[in-house]
Amino acid sequence: MQNKLKSEEIALRIRRRVFEHCIKNNGAYLSQACSSAEQLAWLYNEALNIGDSIMPSIPESFSGVPSINNKKYKTGAGYNGPVANEYDRFIFAPAHYALVAYATLIEVGRLDSAGLSMFNKDGSSVEIIGAEHSPGMEMHNGTLGIGLSTAAGIAYGRKLNKEKGETCVFMSDGELQEGQIWEALQVSVYYKLDNLWAIVDVNEQQVDGAMSDVLDIGNVQKKINAFGAKCIEIDGHDIDAMRQAKKEQHKDQPLIILARTCPYKGMNYLKKRFPRLHYVRFKSEEERSIMNIEISKELGIEPIEY
Amino acid sequence: MVEIVNKPYSYTFKNYASKNKKILCLSGDLTSSCEVDQFRDEFPNQFVSMGMAEQNMMSFAGGLSMSGYIPFIHTFGVFTYRRPYDQLLASIAYPRRKIRIMGFLPGITTPAGMTHQAIEDISVMRTIPNMTVIETGDATEVESICEQANNVDGPVYCRILRGSVPRLFDTPLKLGDIRVLNSGTDILLITSGICTEEALRARSVLIDAGISILHLHVHTFKPFNEEKILDLLTNIKIGVITMENHLVNGGLGTLIAEIISKHGLSKKLMKLGLNDTFAHGGSKQYLTKYYGFDAYALIKSIEKFIGQPLNIEEKDLEQARIENVHSLSKAEAL
Repeated sequence: MQNKLKSEEIALRIRRRVFEHCIKNNGAYLSQACSSAEQLAWLYNEALNIGDSIMPSIPESFSGVPSINNKKYKTGAGYNGPVANEYDRFIFAPAHYALVAYATLIEVGRLDSAGLSMFNKDGSSVEIIGAEHSPGMEMHNGTLGIGLSTAAGIAYGRKLNKEKGETCVFMSDGELQEGQIWEALQVSVYYKLDNLWAIVDVNEQQVDGAMSDVLDIGNVQKKINAFGAKCIEIDGHDIDAMRQAKKEQHKDQPLIILARTCPYKGMNYLKKRFPRLHYVRFKSEEERSIMNIEISKELGIEPIEY
Repeated sequence: MVEIVNKPYSYTFKNYASKNKKILCLSGDLTSSCEVDQFRDEFPNQFVSMGMAEQNMMSFAGGLSMSGYIPFIHTFGVFTYRRPYDQLLASIAYPRRKIRIMGFLPGITTPAGMTHQAIEDISVMRTIPNMTVIETGDATEVESICEQANNVDGPVYCRILRGSVPRLFDTPLKLGDIRVLNSGTDILLITSGICTEEALRARSVLIDAGISILHLHVHTFKPFNEEKILDLLTNIKIGVITMENHLVNGGLGTLIAEIISKHGLSKKLMKLGLNDTFAHGGSKQYLTKYYGFDAYALIKSIEKFIGQPLNIEEKDLEQARIENVHSLSKAEAL
């Protein structure tokens, strides 16, 4: 592709777009953009071997849930390209990061920016919690914990098929509290699923606040390694570190990259709200206005008009 | 005597799955308990041991389906929906994955008590959108279950009988059909699963006592053949009795009640089965008697229904053999 943007630039653009949306709509899953922008930019821009989107750049409206009578039903997976032997399969596990996923799809040219105006509107497929039919999604991950198991099943099937492509999951660390994640690790290690890998946004945040206050889960890297997977911990805002981590040999083992991140990276002014960052809604017009001015400055843009 | 078939699921699955390499046999650490151990030994490449981790098993099966395989999940029925209910919905039911859930130990067919007895599975499964729900009642139905389940474009839950299974029918299970086992006009008796065999024990004495019974056997709970039931209900004089190896709420009895009320029919309905109670561990004979859904309970219920004693004693039933099912069931050309 000509004039291909660097992943770092895409990450900045993701933050800007999610921030703009947050100011205009008086709230958003904003801190998730701060923590995951580099990971998603890197995944779509470099790491994933996926084909061009096969879906309309402006998403079609909601066309019904899957049922025997719904012949029109499609998932949003086509935004990640076609399913094919050589291509990677991508599972987006933390469905509440949907806004960040849509912003990423826009910045990498898979979704028209007009698609975001349909966000959380009745009758739209661009849902606030990513559904199967939402752009870039292939399954309902709103119930956290099922993504890794599903990806493991896909990876197992693809091994049987002797396919070249890998299966990748983007996860968040809060869901590591779910028992199913550890069941999935057991099985992935037992079946030596080295065509499976995950990158986890370790922002140490969950709905009630900082994970250390809600339910501290200790040394995750040590635990995952003890389960027998290859687990590498990196600075989740360092794209070079991601590139290196992905190159790690993990023969007969799934690879789990723990990307340690900051939930207000690139928007330091947000720190004032720490640790209540799961969903940013402004408490007052004053707060909205100050944040708009201060964070716009940090992002190198003019304050958002709303 | 009625023919007793040894482990019909074992050879049925082996014969069926070995011919379709896209089928994968998943087992939740209950491989011989679900009679797929021989398959595992002969076709190890089609066998996936999932261990005791049902939440993962359900979502993993979803993933296998997404890569072109057809998982047949083997475990006790109760383990397919109680713990992994969320995964059952999100990874299997909602996306209509072609996954065949083979649930063993239906209802009280296990001495292992509450934790192992799937007594509300039909109730749960039939209310889940996109789910097809089937229950086997004899060896012939077990022999047809793999093919019938695998023809479904979407997820299927099956109640499977294991071990020594009587052969009551000589025509295969046909999805969506209802078997007519006996014609009659006084009482419509509708049974499913092991309760059909139990009802057959009572049938000849009831006929001898002059009761005219229209006896139906239900194997497909969803999609349910409402038209056929409606048609047969119309001429019934006294009322309807359902007998099921399940809670009376949410299963067969409720299904029939829904149809009766939907169409504004004026028919009395008596529901035999577990009446808003958990069960405990024991033999099938003991538990069906204790909880009031064995052959004798059926007779007592009919007495209540018609308001007069039938003068049938329990020992009369012991004499009653069920071998005559074949000759009596002309309605479905047995």
